[in-house]
Amino acid sequence: MKPKVCVLRSAGTNCDKETAAAFLLAGAEVESLHINNLVNGRRKLDQFHILALSGGFSYGDDVASGKLFANELKFKLNEELKKFINDGKLVIGICNGFQILVKSGFLPNSAELKQSTSLILNDSAKFEDRWAYLKPTGKSVWTRGIKEIIYLPVAHGEGKFVIADKEVLDKLKKNKQIVFKYCDPKGRSSNYPDNPNGSIENIAGISDTTGRILGMMPHPERHVFSAQHPRNWDRKGKKYGDGLQIFKNGVDFIKKNFKGEKI
Amino acid sequence: MQYKIEVVDKPGIFDACGAGVTRDISDLGIKGVKKVRFIQVYTLSGNLAEGQVINICEELLSDKVAQDYRILSNQEPDSSKGNHIIEIAYNPGVMDPVEASVLKGIQDLGIKDVESVKTAKKYIISGKLSPAQLKTISDKLLYNKLIQHIVNPRDENGDTKHLPGYVFNLINVDLLGASDDGLLEISSRGQLFLNLNEMRQIKDYFRKIKRNPTDCELETIAQTWSEHCYHKTFRGNIDYKEQKADPELGDKRIKNLLKSTIMKVTRELDKSWCVSVFKDNSGVIKFDAKNNICFKVETHNHPSALEPFGGANTGIGGVIRDSMGTGLGAKPILNSDIFCFAPPDFPFNKVATGSLHPKRVMKGVVRGVADYGNKMGIPTVNGAILFHEHFAGNPLVYCGTAGIIPKDKSFKKTNPGDLVVVVGGATGRDGIHGATFSSGELTHESETVSSGAVQIGNPIEEKKVLDTILQARDLNLYSAITDCGAGGLSSAVGEMGAEIGAKVYLDRVPLKYAGLSYMEIWISESQERMVLSVPPKNIDKLTAIFENENVRSTVIGEFTGTKRLELYYRDNLVCDLDMHFMHEGIPQITKKAVYIQAKHREPKIPAKKDLTADLLKLLGHFDICSKEWVVRQYDHEVQGGSIIKPFVGIKNDGPSDASVTKPLHDSDKGIILSNGINFRFGFIDPYWMAASCIDEALRQIISVGGSLKEVAILDNFCWGNPDKADRLGSLVRAAYGCYDAAKAYSVPFISGKDSFYNEFSLHGRSTPIPGTLLISAISVMEDINKSVSMYAKESGDLIYVVGKTRDELGGSHYYDLYKMIGNRLPRVYYSEALKTFAALNAAAEKGLVKAMHDCSDGGLGVALAEVAFSGGLGLSLFLGEVPYISTSRRNDNLLFSESNSRFVVEVDKKYQKEFEKILKNTSFGLAGCLTAKTDFKIYGLDGKICLNTDIAKLKEAWQRPLRW
Repeated sequence: MKPKVCVLRSAGTNCDKETAAAFLLAGAEVESLHINNLVNGRRKLDQFHILALSGGFSYGDDVASGKLFANELKFKLNEELKKFINDGKLVIGICNGFQILVKSGFLPNSAELKQSTSLILNDSAKFEDRWAYLKPTGKSVWTRGIKEIIYLPVAHGEGKFVIADKEVLDKLKKNKQIVFKYCDPKGRSSNYPDNPNGSIENIAGISDTTGRILGMMPHPERHVFSAQHPRNWDRKGKKYGDGLQIFKNGVDFIKKNFKGEKI
Repeated sequence: MQYKIEVVDKPGIFDACGAGVTRDISDLGIKGVKKVRFIQVYTLSGNLAEGQVINICEELLSDKVAQDYRILSNQEPDSSKGNHIIEIAYNPGVMDPVEASVLKGIQDLGIKDVESVKTAKKYIISGKLSPAQLKTISDKLLYNKLIQHIVNPRDENGDTKHLPGYVFNLINVDLLGASDDGLLEISSRGQLFLNLNEMRQIKDYFRKIKRNPTDCELETIAQTWSEHCYHKTFRGNIDYKEQKADPELGDKRIKNLLKSTIMKVTRELDKSWCVSVFKDNSGVIKFDAKNNICFKVETHNHPSALEPFGGANTGIGGVIRDSMGTGLGAKPILNSDIFCFAPPDFPFNKVATGSLHPKRVMKGVVRGVADYGNKMGIPTVNGAILFHEHFAGNPLVYCGTAGIIPKDKSFKKTNPGDLVVVVGGATGRDGIHGATFSSGELTHESETVSSGAVQIGNPIEEKKVLDTILQARDLNLYSAITDCGAGGLSSAVGEMGAEIGAKVYLDRVPLKYAGLSYMEIWISESQERMVLSVPPKNIDKLTAIFENENVRSTVIGEFTGTKRLELYYRDNLVCDLDMHFMHEGIPQITKKAVYIQAKHREPKIPAKKDLTADLLKLLGHFDICSKEWVVRQYDHEVQGGSIIKPFVGIKNDGPSDASVTKPLHDSDKGIILSNGINFRFGFIDPYWMAASCIDEALRQIISVGGSLKEVAILDNFCWGNPDKADRLGSLVRAAYGCYDAAKAYSVPFISGKDSFYNEFSLHGRSTPIPGTLLISAISVMEDINKSVSMYAKESGDLIYVVGKTRDELGGSHYYDLYKMIGNRLPRVYYSEALKTFAALNAAAEKGLVKAMHDCSDGGLGVALAEVAFSGGLGLSLFLGEVPYISTSRRNDNLLFSESNSRFVVEVDKKYQKEFEKILKNTSFGLAGCLTAKTDFKIYGLDGKICLNTDIAKLKEAWQRPLRW
């Protein structure tokens, strides 16, 4: 059985194709779907196992990054998405997708559905594209088996992770929801540019309380082959890049937990 | 009812936007600003209850975690005492890109009664400032009066919803009764930029059909015949004379310069992999069994001079549409951007009235390009930025896009009976007269006279169009497509219907707001529009695709078969022209061109023992220094295909040569993109400048492991006023340089572009830009796993210098340090170069090359430094081992000459023999090695140390100038 992935896009989504390619490589079946098809009921989310919100500038990031897309999830697809999550399925939000999940409240706690964290303008006040070292620090279906530092590109203007109050942070820590932290090449806590945006506590990605919803600013889909690594000159290493494991984890989880189930 | 809403960061949240403005103010030399606070303002009009407004603020306009909001009733005075408040809003009629999104967001909340949304930006500046300083801050930093204004709270009425409607009134222009003076008066009053010959020709045409033209007809002809659309200079006759030139071209009468040089090479080389050249919106070459690649580079200079963000933004937006409008539509896969500005440290008091300071221009242009390219999801993989004072009034903004297109979708054909369908953005008053405006010189008045030529882009609109067009293309729903670029519908429909004729109902074109005349609709250059020709049977299917993703599509007419261009506005015929006259009626002109070989003073720089200081200065030259501040703002990884990135090295901060991109997820075939540009050589001889540009673009391809097997190039000439004989003379020489070099290297041109009249006149004196040629090269690479990067990899490895250095310092950056130009500029020695290129490619293919970097700006010295500091390794090198043809035998000449076709190559010791065997027919020297210690040591021709420093110092010198 091949898990079915829905890469949901809107006007301005632009990493949908490579995200689809990464899931395909990980062994999934992928469909790229415009959100209008869900909003107008022509298609249903329950036809899929994994919902992927990819990078880009949904609706131009007008008002704030991910905000309009987040409101569509919150006000138009709320019930459908809640059911999807309660069914034990998976959601991943990368870059703009992370912004969407945070602003719609599906992260950090999809049961509460309240926005308690945000991703705002980088401290440098501009879009930046650079590679970042990430230290795995939490627990999530999506990050199983990732023990070492991984290396992925970031490319965003609004990626600074902030919280409503300290209580939110305490909970994130307690539940091991902080899954990735920016670090230096040796895994030590660091400042700009290792932390490219000024995120508090170097937070680069979080999961929800169930561990089945992941949001992260760095782009795992841009490092699924080692040829994409900026210093792969000797080509002696492995064939696949650090990001692939995340997609594989999603696919493996579905294969294991939805064995034989027909959609 | 109107509600004004202000959104501001919560206390404790770092106001990055305000901090950025604070920095920029201090850059202006204004001290005393303590803090700038940024506030986003929304003004909602409509029949709204207070509860609804609160809901909108809570759920849409503010971020609960990071922002606070407040709702101001109609005319509440501002209470921020003791601070300076500047609020900036868009002018009426200028598209506010955020408006549509906010309206959608409000509707998503279930609130229907909002009529309009306006946005504004408010800056609260604390600190002691004089009114003059405040004016400087707002004029130079915060707004551009062409598109924005400072809000005066007492009289804000920017609502385009209430613009007066348009009352139809057909305007005829009395051409038949006009004298020659009258004709010229008509041309200048209408901003037609047509000369007397052309006006007479038009008059003759209308005399024969016994009536006067309508304003629309005259305008259509002016657009079609503009330099921008017709390329009169390149396609006309030229009377060329030269003096003391080497090589001699000889005095000659050139009939069509384009066909005599650029297109001639392509025809003569006749490459089987050239699919479509000089016909479509971009040139097309073969990629693999199923796909082709298209490539085009455009310029958007004049608009960027006036409004850098908008100009560059729509420049890149336009060239992306060239890809989308190639064949039946290509998917854009990469962008490339090259700019020329005046130096960022240009004195403020030298900035001419009507011009912007180069630093502001640069920041705006970079932001404009980044905004559009990033939002379209197209990686910007390659580029260059160069500086010269003469770009102060006329910056150059080159934007390029390559796309991938299925083989069977690479051609188009409009058929009679097809519907004319316009897709994408609505039409407004933005960008009126862009095509004709760019066919004249800029003056200090341009900013007021031509302000309508400035456009604002909306990348998300274009992204939606792209997403849907590719779906429609794959279902074969349309027969032809082109983009609305310069000239708007007039040139898009005019081109598509050139052979068969078209009928358009202008009142059916969707408008942004009321009040546009039929003519404005016809020539508006509003962005993000494509025109399709659609067989009537497919129209419903096609419309459904667009509707499903909220893209506007409208049938506005049909292609007819009458070979006439017929335009209607509410049943009134407003234009009825013979297509043949429109496209072929332009009178053949003969322009005079003179080239007199310039003679500059021969520099006499005393020989020095230690060249460390010179190398450090060169690394800090604005042309050479790191452009990382710029490049990081571009997404170069999106689409996941970036292999050789713009920055490489142990810290990802060394300057790459060409880029390598893998466009398909399931294939290791790649595309190499590179550029050659060096206007400094043109100060001495544009012929050799052109040859050097081609050499530079090609050697960059070799540097990343590519070959010359399948390389196509584009020409892009930015010149001064071609009606002046000296400007045209240098253009002719450059064009012949292009021909000779492309022929020798066997690389065909597949497309090109020219931008003339890049002159700025002030008080009757006209300053042209340096004649600047950009050569962009694209190549197909069989296996991206063979690609090579430029940074030093391992200590102990050997460093070779390949290719001969000559005392060719004319136009070099070394001479520029001493404010000299010189005369002996680099030439290209084709047979030598071809051998070098082939051998290095063979070595790279065999995996013998660990790093390779070409020598260009700053010569061997700069190339060696870049290789070393990018790799974090030291380097020792003996100049005595470098192939050097010279009578001077000077260390500085050898280190800083910018001779063509040279490389620095890193080779593992174990491959020494094998590498040297492959290179046996070339000039190369095993000149040095890499060291773990970070010393950078060069031993002179006499064997003594002539340059001694540390790579950290070199890197710092290179990174410091543009670390903003």
